[in-house]
Amino acid sequence: MIPAAFEYKRAGSVDEALSLLREYGDDAKVLAGGHSLLPLMKLRLATPSVLVDVGRIGELSYISLDGNEVAIGALSRHRDLQTSELLISRVPILAHVAGLIGDPQVRHRGTIGGSLSHGDPASDLPAVILALGGTLVVRSAARGERRIEAGNFWRGFLETALEPDELLCEIRVPIPEGAFSYQKFNRRAQDWAIVGVAAQANHSVAVSLVNMAATPVRARAVEEALSQGASPADAASLAAVDLDPPSDINGSSEYRRHLATVLVRRSLEEILGG
Amino acid sequence: MRVSVKVNGRLYENEVEGRTLLVHYLRGVLGLTGTNIGCDTSSCGACTVLMDGESVKSCTVLAVQADGAEITTIEGMAQPDGSLHPIQKAFWDNHGLQCGYCTPGMVMATASLLKENPHPSEEEVRMGLEGNLCRCTGYHNIVKSVLAAAATMDGQTEAVRS
Repeated sequence: MIPAAFEYKRAGSVDEALSLLREYGDDAKVLAGGHSLLPLMKLRLATPSVLVDVGRIGELSYISLDGNEVAIGALSRHRDLQTSELLISRVPILAHVAGLIGDPQVRHRGTIGGSLSHGDPASDLPAVILALGGTLVVRSAARGERRIEAGNFWRGFLETALEPDELLCEIRVPIPEGAFSYQKFNRRAQDWAIVGVAAQANHSVAVSLVNMAATPVRARAVEEALSQGASPADAASLAAVDLDPPSDINGSSEYRRHLATVLVRRSLEEILGG
Repeated sequence: MRVSVKVNGRLYENEVEGRTLLVHYLRGVLGLTGTNIGCDTSSCGACTVLMDGESVKSCTVLAVQADGAEITTIEGMAQPDGSLHPIQKAFWDNHGLQCGYCTPGMVMATASLLKENPHPSEEEVRMGLEGNLCRCTGYHNIVKSVLAAAATMDGQTEAVRS
């Protein structure tokens, strides 16, 4: 399988990338590691006429401490996250989950910015950034920088708040205080989660769900029940409230709703005790 | 677009279309057909090569993305006199293949794994090869081969020519 023809533009800096995106806008897609975009292009499900390759912009590859937050350059690869001493010690859920994405070859190429911008609800990182209450820093040539709360970033299936001329540059996450759990349920090691759960204890407990809707979602009913003193099992029974997850070859909607309650219970028991 | 790629220590410069996949560049343009195409969907790992020392699936990398990079394929593993790389030798000695289709990818994934983790446990080997599928062996002898290679190499992971 070969992608449809496109015009290839390589950006050497953020400014150059923004200027290319201003010029080509709607006709362009941004190429980072390519591990979400290229498979879609090979299947001709995506046929951009211009590819803006940002993969070599060194200034977007960093993981650094900034006050009580960690700032992550959008081009940091999953392997970088997995092995970052800073993340392992301060935001361990992110290092742990990065190590569960795909397989080693995928983690050598895929980037956090690419994963979040692609916005696949079956991906691991969007739900984790959502549970951490992260902020996405995006830039455009026309309007400069704006910051988007993770809760407002994913708008629909593969649809985000990014405008066609905008580039996701940095992800900021507050350093959490408590324990975490990530439950990824799949049939084969390298697959996407059929359902996944990211739970992070902080002042309260944040729970978000993978592959339970068109976007990653917070399990608000579970969080509220916990804050009112419900047991993990009772809170977890509310995991699929108001959700209508997709049916596909890996499981029916009803099966996913069942999995969500089981996996949320396991995650809460892991961080709060049974 | 013109790309300049160092493959197995030799510099190549070619004109390629933007959409040319790295695996097609290696096989079709450079004639290095040791890298196999399996699933073509970044699942099976048959097309694994090293890009700047790290395993990648060359069916999911554009040739233009490899511009300026150093690539190692299975052809770059044995010495010029034909003597096998310790990883290849270990696969031979431990019957780590049957049909052999997945083997080039397995060997390259192993080279990357042992560079990152020179003394892996059996479980770490199994996890480290999760991106490579074998439909013949059931993996047992492949894992045995990787553990044997790790013991032979004993941390000499820069043995790969580049």
